[in-house]
Amino acid sequence: MSLLQIKGLKVAYGGIQAVRGIDLHVEEGELVTLIGANGAGKSSALKGIMGLAADGGDIRFAGERLHHQPTHAIAARGLALVPEGRGIFGRLTVLENLDMGAYLRRDKAGIQADLERVLGIFPRLAERSSQLAGTLSGGEQQMLAIARALMARPRLLLLDEPSMGLAPLMVQKIYETIAAIAREGVTLLLVEQNANLALQVSQRAYVLESGSITLEGPSAELAANSQVRAAYIGE
Amino acid sequence: MAWLRARPRLALLLLAALLIALPFLVGAGLGRSWVRVLDFVLIYALLAIGLNIVVGYAGLLDLGYIAFYALGAYLYAWLASPHFGLHLPFWAVLPLGAALAGLFGVLLGAPTLRLRGDYLAIVTLGFGEIIRIFMNNLNAPFNLTNGPQGMNLIDPVSVGGLAFEGQRQFLGLTVTGLHLYYYLFLAFTLLAIGVAMRLQDSRIGRAWAALREDEVAAAAMGINTRNVKLLAFAMGAMFGGLAGGLFAAFQGFISPESFNLWESILVLCMIVLGGMGNIPGVILGAVLLTVIPEALRYLGDLQRATLGHVAVDPSDLRMLLFGLSLVAMMLWRPAGLWPSRQRKREFASEDEHADLYDARA
Repeated sequence: MSLLQIKGLKVAYGGIQAVRGIDLHVEEGELVTLIGANGAGKSSALKGIMGLAADGGDIRFAGERLHHQPTHAIAARGLALVPEGRGIFGRLTVLENLDMGAYLRRDKAGIQADLERVLGIFPRLAERSSQLAGTLSGGEQQMLAIARALMARPRLLLLDEPSMGLAPLMVQKIYETIAAIAREGVTLLLVEQNANLALQVSQRAYVLESGSITLEGPSAELAANSQVRAAYIGE
Repeated sequence: MAWLRARPRLALLLLAALLIALPFLVGAGLGRSWVRVLDFVLIYALLAIGLNIVVGYAGLLDLGYIAFYALGAYLYAWLASPHFGLHLPFWAVLPLGAALAGLFGVLLGAPTLRLRGDYLAIVTLGFGEIIRIFMNNLNAPFNLTNGPQGMNLIDPVSVGGLAFEGQRQFLGLTVTGLHLYYYLFLAFTLLAIGVAMRLQDSRIGRAWAALREDEVAAAAMGINTRNVKLLAFAMGAMFGGLAGGLFAAFQGFISPESFNLWESILVLCMIVLGGMGNIPGVILGAVLLTVIPEALRYLGDLQRATLGHVAVDPSDLRMLLFGLSLVAMMLWRPAGLWPSRQRKREFASEDEHADLYDARA
């Protein structure tokens, strides 16, 4: 049984169909990426999964339907979202942000252990733990958003364009961390416009075009595909 | 002040002594009308603490907050005045008023769940006006509110047969109803401060903060944003309803006049001026915005004494100064006079924003 199994997911805003019925699955321990151009419907797909946008179709998480559930209930099932634009709590401190990530958890010792773990992954955040999150640099905010999501100890981590608006060096750094998190056994679904990097870190990939999936397969194969290279890697 | 800071227990004792002696000091120094002002300071402090839960903690801009105050006041008048011939004791009526206001808080919150910022402000503003207009017109076909004339002869608070009116001698001091109300209001204000501070540090308080900062991210953290929002509306409204009941008993008379839009704006100004989200700041705002307009009245006397007539109406001056001080605040102290730790840092760290897109990390 797949951890996440999606059949015919549709997302529409008003009359505009952003996602036109996609099928997708993520296995336990996998890092799967969904690549596509700006406006292809990548973020909408994640929003549909997370219950943040009107959706149609069948979404199953560990066999249970997520359909028509409110976002907080979906989060309680073990899905965590690093939203587009990071969505950090700007007027709370770094530590308070991380604390919010563990909002649903009651195991104090486990939360403390996870806090030490994420601060180990992101030493930069440890240095700035009492600083307001809004005063962090863009890259640090992205780190914080990922760290905060990890604090929930999710079974599936949804990442929405972690490279957006960051300098190349910082993007490199963020991707190294994503690869490290995946190696620790966290299951990830990564939505990305930066196809080159996303295909490097992931095992499988889907290509989304105007709301439909046009290609799918092992990332190494897609990275070698001439169509993909021409359209998304710029060769 | 440093020696006081080192002795928090002594400082607390001094503060308590000051608060107990305050109405007598003020009465002796400035006259009895100022004891009345003191009572109003406490009522407004209660209102400001309540509105601060909605606006400061949860970030929901409510411009109709005074409607909850009105509901509490009218419920008190219905249940403790000759209007319906009911004379329930205040300790029974006040919780009912708070509960009614809380219920209306949820009724206002439920249809506005999806609204944010300006849109929410407009709907709440409309709600405030609707309640006032209802109170103004519900004298026919059935006389519920006595319309614009308002309701009078509302029972004063009475504790164990001691009615809060008239005056009596105690330890050589003249104790009036105004003094007794002061202590009652003080007790409620201290209680409200305690509750509000507890709330801020609680799990709910953290959920409100997250909601205020980013609603989508808050939901993704597993926060039930609908319930948490409704709870903020209900909690804030309950403080308003409580203050309304106290106001009705204290005044003995209420009319829709007392619950107009200006009052909502005034309470909001107290929060913004004092420092949104920070209880001491909010109370400071309530004190200043209640005391200053009263103090300005003396300008009328001053003009009569010096010019022989009143050239500028003090109430016009009041508005002018209000506007000026708010503009000045936004320029020089945008976080408020006594901001919370966080807002202070937020406004102080503007230079740090420069490296927001700095990726050399």
